[in-house]
Amino acid sequence: MKILCVCGLGQGTSLILRMNVETVLNELGVTADVEHMDVSSASSMQADYIITNSELAKSLGDHDATIILVENYFDQEEIKTALEKHLSQ
Amino acid sequence: MKFLERDLVDLNVDADSPEHAIRAAGQLLADADAVSPAYINAMIQSYRKNGPYFVLAPHLAIPHARPEDGVKEAAISMIRLEKPVVFGHSAHDPVRLVFALGASTSDEHLMLLKRLMQLLSRKEHIDMLLKVQSYQDMLPILGGK
Repeated sequence: MKILCVCGLGQGTSLILRMNVETVLNELGVTADVEHMDVSSASSMQADYIITNSELAKSLGDHDATIILVENYFDQEEIKTALEKHLSQ
Repeated sequence: MKFLERDLVDLNVDADSPEHAIRAAGQLLADADAVSPAYINAMIQSYRKNGPYFVLAPHLAIPHARPEDGVKEAAISMIRLEKPVVFGHSAHDPVRLVFALGASTSDEHLMLLKRLMQLLSRKEHIDMLLKVQSYQDMLPILGGK
């Protein structure tokens, strides 16, 4: 399973998100290949899931991956709830 | 690596727009010689181009640009806005705290972000940052290395 954590530049924000996502995946006992990058790189990258916020999701509208929205990148509870909901489907 | 050192924190900034707020937070990084003045402009350009996605949590904005835009040393500054500023984010407006991130490509960048996450992942820390009267009062929550 491949997960992309996406922000506008792929430098700071997406890395923060990735660190929190990896923590949550660990807690959930899920193994995944997690990468962070900017929104334009992500649009041409194959993945199973893309985690981003609603501001940036608009630019990823035609991507094959399932888009998971997270609004507060620091809120591990929100990330956990979002991941649980999508990964169990 | 510079993480919210004394000269990188200003608790009383009066800004009337997102660009003004980003510039004020970026100027602290430039004054500390952690970034070039061009980096401040790059942060503002990123805001214009990509929108306010870097308003990552309620009241918190973390503007940044790319390492090659002029970062000399991995660093984070913070300003607290006297009057909250609307950045145009659908969920987290208005912004009260702005953390300018000088993003480098080094391991220090990762360490810096980890410390920022430790600071901001607890709501009581954010409440404290919104209330403290002096830099001294922040020290207990800034954490060690």
